[in-house]
Amino acid sequence: MAIMAGFILGFLILLTVNYQQALAGILIIFKGGLNKGLAGMGQVLYYATPIIMTGLAVGFAFKTGLFNIGASGQFSIGAFAAVYVGVNLKGLPASIHWMVALLASLLAGAIWGFLPGFLKAVRNVNEVITSIMMNYISMSAVNMLVKATVYNKYKNESLPVMASANVPKWGLDKIFPYSSMNGGILIVLIFVVLVYVILEKTTFGYELKACGFNLDAGLYAGINAKRNIVYSMMISGALSGLGGGLLYLSGSGKYIKVIDLIANEGFDGISVALLGMSQPFGILAAGIFIAYIKVGGFNLQLLNYDQEIINIIIAAIIYFSAFALLFRTRLLNLFSGREKIVSEGFVEADLAESAENKIEEGIEK
Amino acid sequence: MSYIIEMRQITKSFPGIVANDDVTLQLKPGEIHALLGENGAGKSTLVSILFGLYKPDSGQILIDNEPVEIRNPNDANALGIGMVHQHFKLVHNFTVLENIVLGVETTSRGFLKMEEAKEKVLELSQKYQLRIDPDALISEITVGMQQRVEILKMLYRDNRILIFDEPTAVLTPQEIRELMKIMRELTAEGKTILFITHKLNEIKEVADRCTILRKGVKVATVDVPTTDKTEMSRLMVGRTVNFQVAKPEQELGEQILRVENLVVKSPTTGKNLVNDISFSVAKGEIVCIAGIDGNGQSPLVYALTGLLSIDGGRIYYKGQDVTNLPTKRKTELGFAHIPEDRHKHGLVLDYRLDENLVLHSYNREPFSNRGFLKFSVIENYARELIGKYDIRSALGGRTKARSMSGGNQQKAILARELDLDPELLIAVQPTRGLDVGAIEFIHEQLIRQRSADKGVLLVSLELDEVLDVSDRILVIFEGALVADLDPKEVTVEELGLYMAGLKVGAEFAR
Repeated sequence: MAIMAGFILGFLILLTVNYQQALAGILIIFKGGLNKGLAGMGQVLYYATPIIMTGLAVGFAFKTGLFNIGASGQFSIGAFAAVYVGVNLKGLPASIHWMVALLASLLAGAIWGFLPGFLKAVRNVNEVITSIMMNYISMSAVNMLVKATVYNKYKNESLPVMASANVPKWGLDKIFPYSSMNGGILIVLIFVVLVYVILEKTTFGYELKACGFNLDAGLYAGINAKRNIVYSMMISGALSGLGGGLLYLSGSGKYIKVIDLIANEGFDGISVALLGMSQPFGILAAGIFIAYIKVGGFNLQLLNYDQEIINIIIAAIIYFSAFALLFRTRLLNLFSGREKIVSEGFVEADLAESAENKIEEGIEK
Repeated sequence: MSYIIEMRQITKSFPGIVANDDVTLQLKPGEIHALLGENGAGKSTLVSILFGLYKPDSGQILIDNEPVEIRNPNDANALGIGMVHQHFKLVHNFTVLENIVLGVETTSRGFLKMEEAKEKVLELSQKYQLRIDPDALISEITVGMQQRVEILKMLYRDNRILIFDEPTAVLTPQEIRELMKIMRELTAEGKTILFITHKLNEIKEVADRCTILRKGVKVATVDVPTTDKTEMSRLMVGRTVNFQVAKPEQELGEQILRVENLVVKSPTTGKNLVNDISFSVAKGEIVCIAGIDGNGQSPLVYALTGLLSIDGGRIYYKGQDVTNLPTKRKTELGFAHIPEDRHKHGLVLDYRLDENLVLHSYNREPFSNRGFLKFSVIENYARELIGKYDIRSALGGRTKARSMSGGNQQKAILARELDLDPELLIAVQPTRGLDVGAIEFIHEQLIRQRSADKGVLLVSLELDEVLDVSDRILVIFEGALVADLDPKEVTVEELGLYMAGLKVGAEFAR
């Protein structure tokens, strides 16, 4: 429903921009990745890889009662760490070079997540604010570090990593020819399962969710909530950082550009997490879906449309799904007669909306 | 006979449950009509239908003998029906006056005309003896005054049928007495009151007639003056209820808890919330901390259980210094805690019942192994506790705690805490908001702990409970203990004097 409404709005926009091509345009979006057969699908999965990771990061934190809006910063710093190791760490066997690089991105992201978590735990500083600030610090720090260490001054971007640092393709490039497809998506799948298992099957996840749902009850049960906040932000940051690593070690000719722009993948992660209801498998599906229509949006340029239109459509879909959520909690409320749920529905919707505003900001930038 | 309101043969079902089954409710003009029933008996549903929050599946509502359709609270308002909800619906950063006129503001060309409104409000407050300060902020006034604001809201809208949904649950004994007086005055002025409660004393004191619901069915409508409490409770619960708790003699064992000069300061004002408190609890003893709400009971309990840090004094458990041990260690040593607020502390409402039942023990064998939860074991354990403590819910262990009734939530907490087999049970208002059947059950469980030679520290605001259940009463006033009393010797009046701080026991004078 929400998705349909989003597309209808998108269609209207296409109509207003250029009515002659609108029908063809919306069809291209629908076809999305399928436009070019398997190559297109490979491209979809390639785009989905980083945003599923940032989506997992945001969703994981959200499940534990934290709003990690700093996925972008963690993503960028993770990307830098991976590229640094990929360019400079010589003499490692090819089979483990990429693993070390990914591990570096994971750790860098975890450190970036640690700070807001630590401040939240010891001084109760709102993690939304600190993690936004961390986004800017990350952006500037990465620009500075790239210039200082792995700078390609002719192109104003990072140097290419060694071939051994790229994530192996494991034959996926054969299945999806002519695409930027690589093994990253398989690593993502492993992490989707891993996050699911941690949240749903372990005592650690039980503690994290208990504190997320009701901090007072968590404290009452004697759970060390402060420690868990730090762990949760670190894990969230690590997931995000790994997303950065996976994107820039994909061997697709992507380099870290030295520009004053906060990585969009982090904000996409918020959309993905919202659309996937913070459930790991939901996030997987949402990530692929958003990547799918993004590829469609990329193809829109064939018809002289701006690529940005697809961002508007995605934003619309998220808006409508937030409304759907609100509507559903209202209906539930009618059945169960609990007015409390309504107010909580509002909080959720508020949260969703504030997240969207952030996304919009990101898009504007 | 003419009725002001008639709800005829109302039936309303929700998925899996018939909340009201062919219920008929008739209110005479100018009476106080009580609606009595256990938790989950269908009282709230029936009233919600009257107030337009639900639509009945079948049945008819007549007001002044005219059939009406009430689709939403605005319809109800237009028909002169007003309601004071159990949880007040007030805007906290608005003044009393602004809250009263909210929605029916008098305006002139888009500008508020508060002066006129203020006059009318003051007039009403004079007429009905509802003392309020129209310019005070809601967040700064007492709960009792907030309730008066709610009542004024109804009067300001010229409502003539007033619904009170469990109005006394949040009030102190003094405020309850005042409310009863107000209710009588309102009826004297021609208003009709529907009074929802499960407290028999209050019905006996103020109501004219009483309709009793049990499991969604109307059992009877009785005249209150000619029906005694035992009869009403029998109708409500379906069996005879013991009001007097049977308490066998019990030898006191050795000391289990000793508190010495405990001090807890407020983090914001630096005031002593708990002011130099010393006492002890022995095995086989129920010690009750009595007092008016907000006199330091909560910080005392939080300090004992490790939820709040301590600014002075020591706590000994079986002779061991446990002053600064974290909550988890205390639970492992044998503390159990039934918290005063079951939603805030007691339960993770978005967790399922079975997940809530292992809130302390989830990380121990057999519920988990190397960090992984064993759901089949947890489910079996939940099934066992659900049977043993008669916890009722729609889907058993899989029910979300949020969707359970208050009484069953409390039973779940009780089951979890007692199944820890604690040496020391700290129970804070364990019967708050529960009906007589559930209260009886919980009191039995407390006595059973005592008979098993365990220590019980009970914090209660209910005087009946204090006098019936405990072996020793400690009265707390403004953070300090003011008396150590024997419940067999003390009277309610005397206890009231201590609680109000008008009397201090000889050994506590300073």
